[in-house]
Amino acid sequence: MSVAVRSMAEYAASGETPEVLFWVGCAGSFDQRAQRITRAFAQILNKVGVKFAILGKEEACTGDPARRSGNEFLFQMMAYNNIHTLNGYGVKKIVTACPHCFNILKNEYPALGGNYEVIHHTTFLQQLINEGRVRLKDGGAFKGKKITYHDSCYLGRGNNIYDAPREVLEAMDVELVEMKRCRTNGMCCGAGGAQMFKEEEKGTTRVNFERAEQALETGANIIAANCPFCTTMLTDGVKNKEQEDNVKVMDIAEMVAQSLAE
Amino acid sequence: MHLIQQILFLICAGVAIYIFSKSVVRIRRNINLGRDEDISDNKPQRWRNMVLLALGQKKMFKKPIPAFLHLAVYAGFIIINIEILEIFLDGILGKHRLFAPMLGMLYPFLIGFFEVLAVLVLVACLVFLIRRNVLHVRRLWMGELNGWPKTDANLILITEVILMTLFLTMNSCDLVLQSRNVEHYTVTNAFWITSHFTPIFSGLSSGTLVAIERSCWWLHILGVFAFLNYLPYSKHLHILLAFPNAYYGRLIPQGEMKNMPEIQNEVLYMMEPDKAPAADAAQEHKRFGAKDVQDLSWKNLLDAYSCTECGRCTASCPANMTGKLLSPRKIMMDTRDRMEAVGKNIDKNGTWQDDSKSLVHDYISVEELRACTSCQACVEACPVSINPLDIIMQLRRYLIMEESNAPQEWNLMSSNIENNMAPWKFSPDDRDAWVNA
Ligand code: SF4
Ligand code: SF4
Repeated sequence: MSVAVRSMAEYAASGETPEVLFWVGCAGSFDQRAQRITRAFAQILNKVGVKFAILGKEEACTGDPARRSGNEFLFQMMAYNNIHTLNGYGVKKIVTACPHCFNILKNEYPALGGNYEVIHHTTFLQQLINEGRVRLKDGGAFKGKKITYHDSCYLGRGNNIYDAPREVLEAMDVELVEMKRCRTNGMCCGAGGAQMFKEEEKGTTRVNFERAEQALETGANIIAANCPFCTTMLTDGVKNKEQEDNVKVMDIAEMVAQSLAE
Repeated sequence: MHLIQQILFLICAGVAIYIFSKSVVRIRRNINLGRDEDISDNKPQRWRNMVLLALGQKKMFKKPIPAFLHLAVYAGFIIINIEILEIFLDGILGKHRLFAPMLGMLYPFLIGFFEVLAVLVLVACLVFLIRRNVLHVRRLWMGELNGWPKTDANLILITEVILMTLFLTMNSCDLVLQSRNVEHYTVTNAFWITSHFTPIFSGLSSGTLVAIERSCWWLHILGVFAFLNYLPYSKHLHILLAFPNAYYGRLIPQGEMKNMPEIQNEVLYMMEPDKAPAADAAQEHKRFGAKDVQDLSWKNLLDAYSCTECGRCTASCPANMTGKLLSPRKIMMDTRDRMEAVGKNIDKNGTWQDDSKSLVHDYISVEELRACTSCQACVEACPVSINPLDIIMQLRRYLIMEESNAPQEWNLMSSNIENNMAPWKFSPDDRDAWVNA
């Protein structure tokens, strides 16, 4: 099923300006699991009539994994080109479904001349719900379901956003059960700092296995996430415990997409 | 007799203060081995942080039991210092209980309050000793603390116990002597705690009691002088440095990594050559990232001196929790050790002489640095505003940009980003393929 999406270039050609630019990010663009999150979020935006654009083929990696591995040169090159593109289109507001893209666009691009209002998709969804633009089914698919929420490092500690995603979950009437380590004390999934792209160092277990176990301890049937990398890591961790038939890892956008009122 | 005591006291105080001031100069010099970093913005917020985090110990209260005990020791330490002031002035002026006549009724109340604190400190220190040495709380019993760090922690706790015992013994004897109207022992009302201990001492002669009281007084104040000069060699330096460290702590979001303007400019000149300065204006190459302590900022080094070695960072580090070598506490301890080694080298040779060692490799291994997920749990956990992650990232920058030292997978990732605009090997033309998938 295809999603109706227009690129920034198409908007520019027709002389229109979108409400917001959806920064899809590398995982959201290429990773098969994350593509489902991307499509879910785009469907929500379409459904409620948010005029949004993507950069499409003009989007490039923000440079986050390069910078965090220590490769500042590569990061600066990526940032230079992206800022060139964004400023060329006069982009003012960006929404992204990845906390790494969110953090770097919001906090690290301004020093390089890229100044935008940047917002994470969970905050955006919370605002749409509060404004009444997103309307959720009464007794939706997740009502009363036991759900635990995993704080991603770059949304939580990195940017102090703990409540917006939880408010979205509450709007779906879920039974939210917190893990022992949550909010400021939340544990990493193991993907950040460019770890996603290399084997872990020698240890007694893997970070994602440990975190998934903590999530399973809550007895929740769904682990809600806000980051494509966390989603992958936790899914692998759940599989490691052979719980994939009982416990699903879902992005909050996917949950909202399934709960939209007709 | 009094005059000799007075002179002796002045000599001891003078020596203690002299040695301490030399330490202060040394520590300042070592911190300034680091690179400049301008931290002068947003003063009101910085003062607030100092009050909340250092004075108020806000972050300690994430773990209420150690927080309460620590608060007792800390409050005891600060408030009993008012009593030290009296002891100090008594010592200089050859008086005894100088403040008693001035404060009248308030005096026994105050001393009683100090005594309650002294008992609290004593109990707290005993509990701390048990947590460390009997219960073996993991973060206080890890291998990286073997040797001096464990000794240091125990030494200070035992010293506190001794100092408080001396203080209480001194007051007990004093009360007995007062009741006998012995000359020089100003009569005050009974003190809250030690008035219950007087029977222990009442069988002794006044001469013995004076000897005990004087010995306690002397050992107490000498102990305090020794403590002062021990601080610079101990993790207990945090008693002082937690304050500036909280003041200079980071105010930007924890997720934000510091920019490197020198590389930003290189990329700019590459993309827009007309903006490049004339060749002769080119500056000398400053090492990219940090190989050694001189490449870190002075705030990183202040961090290292402020570290209490409490291990809250390490206990919340996902890499450490899953058995990796990385421990953010060890990063801070290594940085301090290296900084002190560099300082000693300078003291010995007049200027820095290359010792063919560096913070990376010789103190902190590549394997440790690689394991960090940049999750900022260590930064969040630290009660004294230390940022181990900032050091880790600067060392990583050095490894990649100066040594080209990267695992094969990261090299692949980088070349994918460079050529395909994504860390994986996908065609950039498929970037919007999800629309039709
Ligand atoms: S940022 Fe790195 S060192 Fe600090 S807690 Fe996370 S993984 Fe450990
Ligand atoms: S860095 Fe902070 S949390 Fe870690 S051991 Fe030192 S004082 Fe404790």
